[in-house]
This record gives sequence, C-alpha cells and structure tokens, in this order.
Amino acid sequence: MIDLLNIGLVTLILGLAVWAIVAREDFAAVVGFIAYGLLLTLAWVQLHGIDVALTEAAIGGGLTGVLLIGAVAHLRGSAAAVSAEPTSTPVRWLAAGVTATVSGALVICVLALPNPAPTLAHHVADNIADTGVGNPITAVLLAFRSMDTLLEAIVLLFALLGVWSLASDKSWGGRPGPQPQSDPNGILAYAARVLPPLGIIVGTYIFWVGADHPGGKFQGATILAAMWLLVMMAGLIDAPPISRTWLRVGLVAGPLLFIAIGLAGVLTADAFLSYPQGLAKPLIVAIELALLPSLTLVLGLLLLGAPRRGVQS
Amino acid sequence: MSAVLDVLSLVAIAAGVFFFFAGTVGLLRFPDTLTRLHALTKADNLGLGLVVLGLLLQVDSVLAGFKLACIWLLVLLSAASVSQVIARYVRSSDPSR
Amino acid sequence: MAEFLLMAAGFVLAMVALGLVRILRGTSTADSMMAVQLLGTGGIAALLLLGAATGEDAVVDVALTLALLAAFASFAFVKAASDASGQDAAAERDA
Repeated sequence: MIDLLNIGLVTLILGLAVWAIVAREDFAAVVGFIAYGLLLTLAWVQLHGIDVALTEAAIGGGLTGVLLIGAVAHLRGSAAAVSAEPTSTPVRWLAAGVTATVSGALVICVLALPNPAPTLAHHVADNIADTGVGNPITAVLLAFRSMDTLLEAIVLLFALLGVWSLASDKSWGGRPGPQPQSDPNGILAYAARVLPPLGIIVGTYIFWVGADHPGGKFQGATILAAMWLLVMMAGLIDAPPISRTWLRVGLVAGPLLFIAIGLAGVLTADAFLSYPQGLAKPLIVAIELALLPSLTLVLGLLLLGAPRRGVQS
Repeated sequence: MSAVLDVLSLVAIAAGVFFFFAGTVGLLRFPDTLTRLHALTKADNLGLGLVVLGLLLQVDSVLAGFKLACIWLLVLLSAASVSQVIARYVRSSDPSR
Repeated sequence: MAEFLLMAAGFVLAMVALGLVRILRGTSTADSMMAVQLLGTGGIAALLLLGAATGEDAVVDVALTLALLAAFASFAFVKAASDASGQDAAAERDA
C-alpha cells in the first residue's frame, strides 16, 4: 500500500517537473512549480525528514512560488519579454542533455551507496546530551556544524545586496515595491488584519519548538516574513526605505552576534564557534533569538525586490 | 471504546474524502469559473473539516487536537477570503457577467 | 486503521492531481488561482492523513505552516494577476 503511494507520488512529481518546464502560460508554470514544492513536502514526510518537509513547505512552496509570481507579473508586457526570442532547438537539446546527464549521475551515485550508507548519526546521538537540545537537526545546525549556519546567514545577506544593486541610481535608498493602494474595506485588507496575528503566533511557536522537535528559526522566520509581506501586499503598511538605520542594524545584528559568540569561543573554549561546557543551550538560544528577526527582514526584503521609489514618496 | 472511536474516524474521514472527490469533479465538469469556484470551496470547508474531525478522534494529546482545530479554522478563514478575491477578479476581468 | 489512512491520503492526492488537470486544460488565470487553492487544501489533508498513518506527530506543524503559506501564495497570485490585468486594461485605454 505504502509502496503504491510512493510510486504514485514520484510519478506525480516527475510529471509536474516536466510540465512546469513545457507549460506555455507563465502563471500556469508557476502554479506547477508550487504544486511540485508541495508534493516534495509529502515526499520528505515519507522519507521521515520532517524538518526538511517543514522548510520545503515554507520556502519551496510558499516563498519561492511568490517570488516567481512576482517575477512573472513584473515581466509581463515589459520590453524585454516582448522582444525576447524563443530559444533555438539545438540549445534546448543541449540543455536537455546536460540535465539528463547530471540527473543520471546523481541516480547512479545514490544507488551505488553501500547499504547501510555511511553516516555520522551515532556520533550525533552520543554527543547530543552536551548540547542541551533534543532535536538532532538543531544540534547539528547550531552546535556541531554551526559554521554552515553562519555562512548561510551571510550568504543570504549577500543575496539581498545583490538584489539591491539592481536599483537605479535615483531610487537608491528608497522604498522597494509599488505604491501601496489599499481598499480599507477590501477582502485582502480584512485578511491582512486577521491572519498575521495568528501567523505570528504560529511562526513563534515553530521557532520555539525547534529545540526539541522539528522546527527552528529558519521556518519560523519564513512564516513571519510571509505575514509581513501579506500586510504590505494589502497596502496597510508601506515597505521601509532601505536607507533606514533600524533596517540595516536589524539585518546585520543576527550574524554579528553569531560571529561574536564564535570569537568568544576562541577565547573561552578551544576553537571558533565552540561553546564552553554547560553554556551550550543558552548560547544556542541566544543565536536563534538574534537570527530570527534578521532572517525575517532578509527574506521579506528579498521578495520585495530592489528599491523603486525615492525616499520622499 | 477505541473501536467506536475508530469507526467514527473512519466514517468522518471517508465522508471528508468524498467531499474532496465531489469538489474535484465539480472543478473539472462545471461549465463556468464561478460555479467551479463554488465546488472548490466545498472541498475546502467540508472535506478538510470532516478529515480533521476524524483525525481529532484519533489524537492523543490536547495540544495536537488544538493544532488540528487551528489548521481547519485557518483554512476556513483564508479559503473564504481567497474565494471572494478570485470571484471579484473574475467579475472585473469579464464585465459581461 | 493506518492502511485506511494511507488509502485516504492516496485518494486525496489523486484528487489533487485531477484538479491540476484543470489548469492543463483551461489556461485562464482564474483556473490557475483555483488550482493553487485546491493544492493548498488537498495538500494539507494529505499531509495530515499521511502523518497520522505513519505516526509522526510533527507533521501537524508542517500542515500548519502549509496552511499559512498557501493562503499567502494564493493572495499574492490574485494580487499579481489583478495588477497585471489592470495594467493591460490601462495600456489598452491609452493605446
């Protein structure tokens, strides 16, 4: 029974992947992509990776989908889209060939793994008591491999800088996004008043529960960013100008605290980002608390795009 | 006692899945965008509601049951709002109706 | 019980797949919007059923997240499509 379900799931995922590429209507292709993200969530649940499923549902389905929707809406009728030529057939065949080769190589690598595959899971299980957290994913992300998490936060900041660099000279430092037009009695405004309080509670809950159960700051930050974007979409608040000090301080505060704790680890423990004995849990909580608002700001601003209006508007 | 709960869950979930089926059939077969929207919201409200009800009977902690109820209320709220917004979009893009 | 829940999850997934056929056949944007809505709700139902069948309690959190993000994606979709069609109408008026 469960094999039948898994086969059906895989078939659906592959079919959707193909369709998202060949669909003619842009919006339909984006919907296919969102559906693909949703089905991947189910696949991760089947593979018992609940943390990954949570991240896939939040980022893959929700946030990336909205990013693509914004891109499609932005490109519609623009000069670039109208004058774009369709890709030539040899290039398409080349792309198909490269993709098939990479996929085939990945399949061969996964199938060639020895069974049971080599893993460090028992090392994590042996040492997890020292970290004070119950969820092994959180322990790996914030204690054993916290360097990766730090670099990921910094990469997100760089991505944001890249997006900001697309601003024209005269709108640098201004507000991203279009002028908000709100219809105070409209349905979107109503939803944007009722949903965000619930969303904030859920986002904070998912962040807090990440210590011992699936969850954590990244998924929580995605939910909070989505709620912030919803309120801005309804026109109830305006996007902040990127030159504001509080915005910039908020963006770097999380990673800076992370780096500071890492440097303190050089002095008090053995190495960069190692925690002194017994202080692991409070330090982990402090890092997560500091990164939550920074990640929320980064994710929200990434979706808003480059500044388009001057500060005065 | 648990056998009774199991049977009730079965009935509720089966009914919920039936409403999903009905909603999808409506989505495929109804002639008009607005009628299809109507069929879709049946799947949302009743289908998910009955499934959640069936799962509520199987749950073993108050927090999990509370979360299930929260999911259904959240979906009710957002589905109602989204259907209204879609309907207004359809009306505004096709002024003949 | 678990078998039945798996069957129910599979059935809901099949319904979602059939609903996706709608956007294959009908290319209007409203159909795509409704497909996103159906995906969200059907996905949540399938997730909850799968989680109950395999005994993973944390799947409820995934469904909760999905509920919020699916609503957000649906709203974003409709807003983007309305803005795009508003711009098209304005362009036609100006042309």
